[in-house]
Amino acid sequence: MSKTIRIRKGLDIRLKGEAEKVVVQAPEPQVAVVKPTDFHGVVPKVVVKPGDEVKAGSPLFVDKYNERILFTSPVSGEVAEVVRGEKRRVLEVRVLADKQIRFEDHGAGDPAAMNRETIIQKLLRSGCWPFIRQRPFDLVADPAQEPKAIFVSAFDSAPLAPDMDLVVRNQGEDLQLGLAALSRLTKGRVHLNVSAQTTAREFLDAKGVQHNVFSGPHPAGNVGVQIHHIDPIDKGDVVWVVGAQDVIIIGRLFRTGHFDAERTVSLAGSAARNPKYVRVRVGAPIQDIAGEVGSGVRVVSGNALTGTNVGANGHLGFYDQQVTLLPEGDKPKFFLTDGWASPGLNHFSASHAYPTWLLPGRKYELDTNQNGEERAFVMSGQYEEVFPFDIYPVHLLKAILAGDIEQMEQLGLYEVAPEDFALCEFVCTSKINCQDIVRSGLDMLKKETT
Amino acid sequence: MNALRKLVDNAKPAFSKGGKLEKLHWVFDGLETFLFTPGHATEKGSHVRDAMDLKRTMSVVITAMLPCLLFGMWNVGHQHYLAIGEFTALGEGFWEKFLFGAIKVLPIVVVSYGVGLGIEFLFCSIKGHAIHEGYLVTGMLIPLIMPVDVPLWMVAVGSAFAVVIGKEVFGGTGMNVVNIALTARAFLFFAYPTMLSGDKVWVNTSLAEGQTLVDGFSGATSMGHAASGNMAGVVPLMDSFWGFEAGSIGETSTFACLIGAAILIFTGIGSWRIMLSVVLGGAFMAGIFNLVGPSVGNAYMQIPVLHQLVLGGFMFGLVFMATDPVTASQTSSGKWIYGFLIGLLAILIRVVNPAYPEGMMLAILFMNVMAPTIDHYVVQSNIKRRMKRAALRTA
Repeated sequence: MSKTIRIRKGLDIRLKGEAEKVVVQAPEPQVAVVKPTDFHGVVPKVVVKPGDEVKAGSPLFVDKYNERILFTSPVSGEVAEVVRGEKRRVLEVRVLADKQIRFEDHGAGDPAAMNRETIIQKLLRSGCWPFIRQRPFDLVADPAQEPKAIFVSAFDSAPLAPDMDLVVRNQGEDLQLGLAALSRLTKGRVHLNVSAQTTAREFLDAKGVQHNVFSGPHPAGNVGVQIHHIDPIDKGDVVWVVGAQDVIIIGRLFRTGHFDAERTVSLAGSAARNPKYVRVRVGAPIQDIAGEVGSGVRVVSGNALTGTNVGANGHLGFYDQQVTLLPEGDKPKFFLTDGWASPGLNHFSASHAYPTWLLPGRKYELDTNQNGEERAFVMSGQYEEVFPFDIYPVHLLKAILAGDIEQMEQLGLYEVAPEDFALCEFVCTSKINCQDIVRSGLDMLKKETT
Repeated sequence: MNALRKLVDNAKPAFSKGGKLEKLHWVFDGLETFLFTPGHATEKGSHVRDAMDLKRTMSVVITAMLPCLLFGMWNVGHQHYLAIGEFTALGEGFWEKFLFGAIKVLPIVVVSYGVGLGIEFLFCSIKGHAIHEGYLVTGMLIPLIMPVDVPLWMVAVGSAFAVVIGKEVFGGTGMNVVNIALTARAFLFFAYPTMLSGDKVWVNTSLAEGQTLVDGFSGATSMGHAASGNMAGVVPLMDSFWGFEAGSIGETSTFACLIGAAILIFTGIGSWRIMLSVVLGGAFMAGIFNLVGPSVGNAYMQIPVLHQLVLGGFMFGLVFMATDPVTASQTSSGKWIYGFLIGLLAILIRVVNPAYPEGMMLAILFMNVMAPTIDHYVVQSNIKRRMKRAALRTA
């Protein structure tokens, strides 16, 4: 085993409402939804009409600019509706599910015995391909390219994230098959990045991969941080990244021939009544996971730093392995009791301007209030404390705001994804929406360079 | 609190678009957000946010300046009574001294805040943007770096100049190039040199009936004495450390500045890197002067290192002005260089340049201007490292 890479910079936001280590099987969903908005940069071309019969693993839409990439239904049943928003943008494709799920047969087989093109074809046709994302730009990978390496993060360090050791239990075979398939896609290495605390044999005994061990606070589990410390991305490089649970789904495809997109999702957050783990299909209704959610609660598919606000009637996102319920913070806070001049005994802050930093073990119930108004950059050195990259984050953000493509390239935009700036956004005194800025920078850079 | 909220909510429509007092919308907004952090929830990205905001930041800085302000008030009185030969012992007449000082100092504070905030409100209303918190700190800094005898109209003119030329023309809080409070002081220093330097302004010598100045009274600061070669007039090290000397209102006590420094470093708001490197830079330069002083025969150069650092505005400048995050270097390595050069230049100007008995103001202003250049080179080295890595791999 290689030596541990210690991430020193970062921040663990200690939220209340950690999921109890119990896994509950959710019922088969009645409706499943695939949201093109989960795939940044994909322009969907819907290939089904309401009323069409689909099986799990049948295409619902394709990427208009790369029609090989199919986005398939996670359940079998009848296409109910194509929900469109402004300018007829497709927001959701809804499928009314059968009681008994029927799978499209994509053919089982041992990936070790297949060539690269066959594996790619199988992943594309089954709808597993979009699980593979690329850096730079944080988009669905382009099957026409070959990455210099593939990275899989086997732990999640985000606030209230699921314990991957629990999630992977009894799925070692699928994980191994998935990793074997991935290793056929690159001439370089497949990196499996585990936490120093992991005891899961499924990860530790995985074969045919390079093991890397990480320790330290969030964002140590972010694959972008791991790439930066193992084999950083330069201009012209392409690497692919896949979530550990998605590797398992890919493995399942090779074992059974089915697009069986079931995940173990942690339900967490201070507003969750019964935080626990739930086995559920991608695109399933939030109610299947969280039950009825009261008013005044923010339902986030994903974690509190990077997730999507989907609402109580929303559905689990394509990449998400966590549902976080947070109290809404839409009430004004009086400055002496709850606001900026308060003693702040309930306030969590990375700075030491609130006394709570003297209580290192304490957990907090944070609401979604922005806790202040947006301002110009004033403080310096604040982002650097939570940003474990050899990159100057504020200078990079300013280059993006100025639209200076050359500076963005030089300052290291190829190496980062919006999620890597999530903690910067959290700690920012000036309440600047860093993730949005990074995303717009990546879009600009992509447009300019391709 | 609920009643207050109701009051704010009732008043709101008049200040909103179409209301009678629409023009004062941003002033109202400023007051409302002062009282209540808005119920503004995040939309996407990071759904939860740190409790820290700019108002908290600024209030911590103001708290850190309070020891300097309170000590400054007492010291103004103390210096006055020394000049007229009453209560000459330190322990005597505490309340008389403090009250005397408060009566002299508070009007300066009020004028600084009144004029500065007034102009800020006006600008925000015209330009239609929210009132930012920057002036809360500036408005306190300006009185602390003024001599006690400065006329109030001059404080008003200086604050106005600083807010308009130092800040608003660049786009407001966070956009300025040089420290705003120092802009005010530099403006007054060059526009009205007799009122901001010399030996007439540091000690208030207004006499009531029956009072006379003590024999041989001189209102010069230690550095004024040193610059004119009167080394006997330089106060001893410990007096200077506690701040029992003439000087700008808030700058004299190293001890009060250190309390402020402790608060800023403890809360993480002031950069310890800058503070430490200014000390190192100042000590380095003073050390060199100590070495060459005897051969040159310059008595000022021979003041011991530690004594140099506690004299005058050096400590105040390093704790509250050099650390201003907007005008300082923004990169960690840049901060070391920036701070070191401030310390070095401050002592250099102070000792060698006969026209300016104190160098801290000019050193900080100069390095404010240089800070972006320092950052540029630090960032360039990061870029070069990245390019080199890419070149190595393709080779």
